[in-house]
Amino acid sequence: MKREGFEVATAADGDAALAQVAAFAPDLVLLDVMMPNKSGYEVCEILRADPARAGLRIVMLTAKGRETEVAKGIALGADAYVTKPFSTKDLVAQVKSLLG
Amino acid sequence: MNAKTRFALAVVMLGLLMTGPFLLTVGVLWADLGADERAGFLAAMDRWLPIGGLITIVALILGLQLLRALFRQYVQGLMAMAETLRLMLGANRNFRVTLDGPPEVQELARAANDLAQQRDALLGDVEAQIGEAKASVEAEKNRLAALMSELALGVVVCNLDGRILLYNNRARLQFVALAQGPTSMSGGALIGLGRSIFSILERAQVAHALENIRQRLQKGSAESVAHFITTTRTGQLLRAQMAPVLRTEAEGLAAGGDDCRITGYVLTIENITKSFEREAQRDQVLQQLTDGSRAALGNIRAAVENLIESPDMEPAFRERFLGVIDDETRRMSERLGKTMNDFADSLKTRWPLEDVLGIDVVAAAQRRIEDRLKLATKSESLDDALWIRADSFTLIQAMTFLASRLQDHYDIRELRFRLLAEGKMAFIDLIWSGTPVSSETLYTWELEPMHVAGEVSPLTLRDMAERHGGEIWYQRDKAAHRAYFRLVLPVADTPEVQHVESLPHARSESRPEYYDFDLFNFSDTRIDLDRKLTEVAYSVFDTETTGLEPSAGDEIIQIGAVRAINGRLLRQEVIDQIIDPRRPLKPEGIPIHGITEDMVRGQPTIDVVLPVFHEFCADTVLVAHNAAFDMRFLQLKQESTGLVFDQPVLDTLLLSAVIHPNQESHRLEAIAERLGINVIGRHTALGDAFVTGEVFLKMVPLLADMGIHTLREALAAAEQTYYARVKY
Repeated sequence: MKREGFEVATAADGDAALAQVAAFAPDLVLLDVMMPNKSGYEVCEILRADPARAGLRIVMLTAKGRETEVAKGIALGADAYVTKPFSTKDLVAQVKSLLG
Repeated sequence: MNAKTRFALAVVMLGLLMTGPFLLTVGVLWADLGADERAGFLAAMDRWLPIGGLITIVALILGLQLLRALFRQYVQGLMAMAETLRLMLGANRNFRVTLDGPPEVQELARAANDLAQQRDALLGDVEAQIGEAKASVEAEKNRLAALMSELALGVVVCNLDGRILLYNNRARLQFVALAQGPTSMSGGALIGLGRSIFSILERAQVAHALENIRQRLQKGSAESVAHFITTTRTGQLLRAQMAPVLRTEAEGLAAGGDDCRITGYVLTIENITKSFEREAQRDQVLQQLTDGSRAALGNIRAAVENLIESPDMEPAFRERFLGVIDDETRRMSERLGKTMNDFADSLKTRWPLEDVLGIDVVAAAQRRIEDRLKLATKSESLDDALWIRADSFTLIQAMTFLASRLQDHYDIRELRFRLLAEGKMAFIDLIWSGTPVSSETLYTWELEPMHVAGEVSPLTLRDMAERHGGEIWYQRDKAAHRAYFRLVLPVADTPEVQHVESLPHARSESRPEYYDFDLFNFSDTRIDLDRKLTEVAYSVFDTETTGLEPSAGDEIIQIGAVRAINGRLLRQEVIDQIIDPRRPLKPEGIPIHGITEDMVRGQPTIDVVLPVFHEFCADTVLVAHNAAFDMRFLQLKQESTGLVFDQPVLDTLLLSAVIHPNQESHRLEAIAERLGINVIGRHTALGDAFVTGEVFLKMVPLLADMGIHTLREALAAAEQTYYARVKY
């Protein structure tokens, strides 16, 4: 990502992710579903519930690829859902297209 | 000699006995008297005779009157009482003797009435007991039938000859699914009361299982159940469990204490073809994943090793190895993705999920919520054709749990339900308006064991969702000021059940006739002309045709048939099929049979339908109204289909002529009216077959009154009638 010219901040769990979003104010969040403390779904919902972050893009990453999980991610407000394993090239392309 | 004459004779005899000695004495005295004495006596008599005569006449009249009164009261009175008693004995139990006549007779009448009173009380008692016993037997039967029909396993009960005495709806559905040919018809052909189970299961296998059970019973083993797996003619895999039906003590004694106590067996049948296939599929997935991944991993590993071992490799080689790694990883990703998509279902946990109709589950949940929580519910757009794979109990528990939480914490007044499908997913939404719930709340609830109204489940909402391979989330509909929980569940494959719901008669009566335990005593299935009409299985059928001249090219366009056995018409076991005659319909026929070109188009042809019908009729006697007509059509097809209908045929038209030779009309309507049968749905083949069947069943006892008991006798009697001469 950095190589592609993006500024990147990372977080190790759900709570840290929320703190990072507050501190760093990103344009886009890459959110893993399976995280300690708070799941990606929870973080996604909390971010979406905040009207100040209406423009924030959320891409969910997961190893679970079931149709029901994808449906849940989209329903909870994710802009895209990428299942592992994915190629970094594809992910970058996805991010670029979301950021327009 | 009637009572009056006897009484009169007795009176005369009595009179003679009483006056005889006196007259005899007078005669002897008279003969003994001399002439003077006689003259003196006559002179004396002359003076007193008129008075004496008068007195005698008056006394005689009085005597006669007295006799008459006595006769009336003691003879006629008693006879009348006897008649009344007879009436009380038979026709009218509540009748009582009127207290009339002299005290002695009245006393007798009172005693008779008391006796009658006592008898009535006893009879009433006995009747009440019989009624009670009957009701409890009936209730038990109904409970059994209800239990059977709702069981998720197919159950079939057979007697030792393999005749089916009972089957449940599940068994029927399973066999419908097994059937070859047009499925709407052939399910009935495979399973039916009185039919042989051996048309479905291998005779040898059933006999073997039975033998196992017998041996175990003889050894006194408590475990008297046999299991076997069998394939059907259509290649389906069935798992069967067989349990014996043992003769009760009383029956055993009646049967003379036979050492073998088995009178039949209960088969529980499960079609494991699907689960077997799923298992096989799972194996295949594993196989593909390991084999496929192994090759790819091997290539990647080789490339990586080469790259590590030769750091200063030529750029062209290096590029090639990197290309290999890139290719193989991409291919592995693709394979993984594809496997997930293709086999998602078979990789799911093996929680016992069942195919259920979505609206049924929702309705049950609504009932439970209203019942337990006193919370009003409503339905919004429910997809009534949506089948889901679910453990309905846990699912309903989950919905009730959510409702109770909402009610407790958010004080909601009404919960609405929505059911919709999207691809392979089904959504059940629980919607409420007013206070929104925070997302965290649902996450907390998701992890709590589900406690509802005193019921505790160790499972959580999350468990429920995971076991279904489903999801659950919370969404808000801000515009409508509403929020909902969405349960996502897998959609079921179109289940076997569906088309049977649309069978016209499957749901027509409240209690389907899926059992007849009297058939335990039915043994032989073969048709023997000397068997009683009451002991034969019948296929009553009717056809609709393009016209009335089979030999001039008219064709069958509809067959309706229903089975009858043991005096009952089995309205669940039917064939109702429209047939494409492959020729234009005659416009004049359409108003009669109501079948139009549109209806026959796309229907199977007679070559397909006739084998099914032939199987349906196997081992039964055919019954039709004006059978000669229908049989002619079947005969004309004999050559092209090779199917021969050589079983005996009874014709209700001819039998009617046997029973009521002096009636003018032997049309089906006229006979039905004479026999008091309601005619509905005439002029569809199945409707007419029903009427014909009912007519026939009413005719059997009437024929018996005429001394016609066996098939042979019925056929011979029918042959004698004038109508038997009509040829088509």
